[in-house]
Formats: sequence, structure tokens, C-alpha cells
Amino acid sequence: MSLWALAWTLVFVATAMGLSMWRRLGLEKDMLIAAVRATVQLMAIGYVLKFVFRVDHAALTSAMVLLMSAVAADNASRRGQRLAGRFWRVWMAVMSTEIVTLGFLLASRVIPFQPAYVIPISGMIIGNAMVASALFLNRLRGEAQARRDEMMVLLTLGATPRQASRHVVKAAVKASMIPTIDSTKTMGLVQLPGMMTGQIIAGADPIQAVRYQLLIVFALIASAAFTTMVLGALTYGRLFNEYLQPVV
Amino acid sequence: MDIPPSDDAWALRFVDAGRRVEMDGETRWLLRGVGGRVQAGTAVAVIGPSGAGKSTLLSLCNLMQTPDAGEVHVFGREVRDWDVRSLRRRVGLVMQQPVMLPGTVRDNLVAAARLHGAPEPDVSAILSEVGLPPELAERPARDLSGGQKQRIALARTLVNRPDILLLDEATSALDRESAAIVEALVMRRVREQGLTAVWVTHDLEQARRIGDEIWLVAEGCVVERGPAAQVLAAPRTAWGRRFLLGTAAEEADGAPAGRDEGMLAHGTEHREEGTRG
Ligand SMILES: Nc1ncnc2c1ncn2[C@@H]1O[C@H](COP(=O)(O)OP(=O)(O)OP(=O)(O)O)[C@@H](O)[C@H]1O
Ligand SMILES: [Mg+2]
Repeated sequence: MSLWALAWTLVFVATAMGLSMWRRLGLEKDMLIAAVRATVQLMAIGYVLKFVFRVDHAALTSAMVLLMSAVAADNASRRGQRLAGRFWRVWMAVMSTEIVTLGFLLASRVIPFQPAYVIPISGMIIGNAMVASALFLNRLRGEAQARRDEMMVLLTLGATPRQASRHVVKAAVKASMIPTIDSTKTMGLVQLPGMMTGQIIAGADPIQAVRYQLLIVFALIASAAFTTMVLGALTYGRLFNEYLQPVV
Repeated sequence: MDIPPSDDAWALRFVDAGRRVEMDGETRWLLRGVGGRVQAGTAVAVIGPSGAGKSTLLSLCNLMQTPDAGEVHVFGREVRDWDVRSLRRRVGLVMQQPVMLPGTVRDNLVAAARLHGAPEPDVSAILSEVGLPPELAERPARDLSGGQKQRIALARTLVNRPDILLLDEATSALDRESAAIVEALVMRRVREQGLTAVWVTHDLEQARRIGDEIWLVAEGCVVERGPAAQVLAAPRTAWGRRFLLGTAAEEADGAPAGRDEGMLAHGTEHREEGTRG
């Protein structure tokens, strides 16, 4: 696609802004900022990726993955306030998921260790882990509050923090996996997943594109489960103080 | 930490213990300057108006709340020096709200044993001890009546074989007969097995029956403390006379009147004159 063709699509943004002005939604400014930001960010990442692909060096590829995981952890850890040290916990959960999932794909030779494969697939795994982590932190607090009395009973009976929070963590893990599972169920029916769409537009064989997409889908289910469980194991202790009293 | 052996006779010992909360930037003492001892193998009935701090007092004994001032000693050792889980196994608390754990009645009754990897207790025997039929075992616990839940909550705590049992209005939802069964069960353990009981109750008759001592809590202070007969017959403070009179007459305003800082700080002995007559 030429830049000229791309420029034409700005008509969409202009139309949306026009509608917003006409109906006095007051969203024109936000739309403009969003359009500019998306353009700048995507262009930048395009050039970065081009550079990384051309260098094709393991260190650079790994650095990219680390950067992505740090951004994801920072983003997700803004949820779940009051759980101190959450950035590192989220990062560890996200990163361990990435290592296990990608490690499996590489070790089983499903994908080669080339930036063009590793980076987009890592992006999806990390992105999904990020969403699951944010949901998990959000739900963990809610569940702990909802089940506070039950935790108190268990604690008065002499439960460990792990025992007292078992149901709470389980419920939060479950809740944070549901979106991943639901979107998997409707995949291909409602929307064609982004990566597949992109590949097809770029001229790939649809059957090949579908295979890659399935690989991603399966990896994402595993990564959501893995991330939330690791995060659960890393955070449940934060629900209690040194005297095993609930702090939420 | 050195534990003076002479302390061992005291199951519980409060030393100027207090508990406060911060509300809207202000400090409010829920309990203040609590002193007193409970001899092992005896029962103390804790009475006092609603909101006085009775439940708070109990929660200091098993460290569900941390004292903000002073100390609370359990068998001669300060609560914060205990391994928390051992402390809570030895100091059982039956909370005011009988919250059921998910699952059946059986799940509730074996919960303590499961937590500690102990052999599962005989559920039918436990049920009959608290006057409930064995069929109840497989029922979902959340479907029980309030009085049934209260008894399950007590039975569930007893499975840990605590040395000290804290009861927070444990028979408030029970009919006279069921309450008598529960009283007999607890008091038998006190008299025969050396259990120490601290029993919060709103029922003065019950307090008279079970309490070797009676403690009266009012506005965050233990204002009367002594042998049951003495406290009930001849309270030494204005608070005591008000509360005991007020309860008898079902006085509407609940908390004792005549608030006075000196009285709050020092509890007993003060303000003898001026109220009698
Ligand atoms: N976490 C808390 N934050 C603020 N206030 C609290 C808190 N817990 C308890 N209180 C207040 O402390 C006071 C004492 O509460 P507590 O539950 O000990 O009373 P109680 O004597 O057991 O009353 P009742 O007979 O109604 O059960 C009450 O006024 C209560 O509102
Ligand atoms: Mg209470």
C-alpha cells in the first residue's frame, strides 16, 4: 500500500470528526489526538521492527521482548492498588508465561527463532497475559472483600494465608480467564482475528494463516491460565499482614 | 523471650491493652486501658451494652486484631510473640456472625482438621453434642437456620480442641433448651477438661450461670470485674449500676450515661458517691 493510498483513509477520521462536531459530541480533539498517536506509534514500531528484522540478532530480539513485557507489566500493575510491589510480580508472571509459551513453540520447532516470528507472537502472548493480569488483580481485591468473612473463619481456625485465600484466588483466576475463553469460542464467527486478517491481506494462503492463528489461540489459552496462576501464587500473601489478618 | 513460670496459671492477662481506629483523621479508641486476668480452667462472662467493645476484646485474644496499646498475654506469652497459627488453634473464637464455609455441614465440621492435616473427626458425634440430628451432615451449610449455624460454628471451633474458647453471643439465636445444651457442653469442658472460656452474652441470667467472673465492658473500658455474684448483686461503679438496672428495665438508650474521662481511664473504684440514693 502506498502512502498516497494510506493518506486517503484519513477521510475516515475526518468523517468521524465531522459527525462529532455536527452532533456536538465534543470528541473531535480526542479523535485527532488518537489518530495522530496511532500513526506515530505504529510508524515508529514499523521502523523499529524493520531494523530488528534486518539485524536479526538474538540479543536485540530478546531486548524487544523484554521491553514489551515491561510495558505490559507497568500497564497491568496500575490495577490492584495497595498490593505493594505489584510491578515486579506482574512482570514475573508475564515473563514466565512468555518464556514457557515461546520456549515451547521454539523447542518444538513450530516456529523458527527469527524476529519476524518471535516478536509478533510474543506481542500477542504478552498482550494477552497483560489483560489477564490486570483482570486478575482487579478481581482478587473484589473477591477478597466479598469473601472476607469466610477468610476470617478460616484464619480463626488457624489457616495459613494460602489456605485462607484459596477460594478467593481460584475465583479471581477463573474470572480473569473467561474473556480469553469466550473470545476463543466465537473466533472466526464474529470477527476474523487480527493477525490472520493481516496475513491474508498481505497475500498469504488463508489455510496457512488459519494454522498460525490456531497456534496463537492455543498459546493464548495456555498463557492466560499460566499467567493468572503464577500471579495468584505471587500475590495471595499480600492479602494478609504479618499477623495473618486480612488487609483488604 | 523469658516466660515467668508463675504466669502460667493465667490463661489470659491484659496489661493496659487498647485498640484504636482512625476515622476521618480522628483517633477513636474502641478499647482502652484494659487490665485483668483470666485463670485457666475458669469461665468469664463478658457483658455490656451494644458497641461497647466486647467483640473487639475477644479479637485481641487470638490476634484477629492487634493491640495498639499495652499487651495481651496468652499462657504467659504476649500474643505477638506467638506463632499466629498455633495461637489461633489454642485460642478458638466463635464469631458473633455464624458465617458458614462453602459446602455442606460436614465440610464445615471437618474444616479445622483438614487445615491441619489431622484425622477427620466423627461428624455425627459432634452434631449430637450440640443437639443437632446426624442427617444435617450432608445439607448445604448456607441453608441452615440461624440457630443451627451458631451451633455448627461452635462445633467447628471445638474440633481444634482449643485451650481457650472465646464465644461471642454464641447462643443468641437459640431457644432456651438448645442454649442449655450448648452451655452444658462448654461448661463441662471448663470443669472437667480445664478449658478456659470467655463468653460474651447479653443474657444476664446466662452470665450468672456460666461466669465464675463477670466483666462489664462499657464505652471501650472494662468498668467492672469480679466474681459473678458480687458484680451482679453489688456493682461498684455508676456504670455497673446503670447497666444492670438499665438492662433489667430494658432502658432504651443502651450505653450508660454519665460519661466522665476520669471514669473512662480508671474503670472501677471511681465515682462511688453521687449516684446511689
Ligand atoms: N473496623 C472498625 N472501624 C471502626 N469502628 C469499628 C471497627 N470495628 C468496630 N468498630 C466500632 O467499635 C465499637 C465496638 O465494637 P464491638 O463490635 O467490639 O462492640 P460489641 O460490644 O461487640 O457490640 P455488640 O454487642 O453490638 O456486638 C463499635 O462502636 C463499633 O462501631
Ligand atoms: Mg459484638
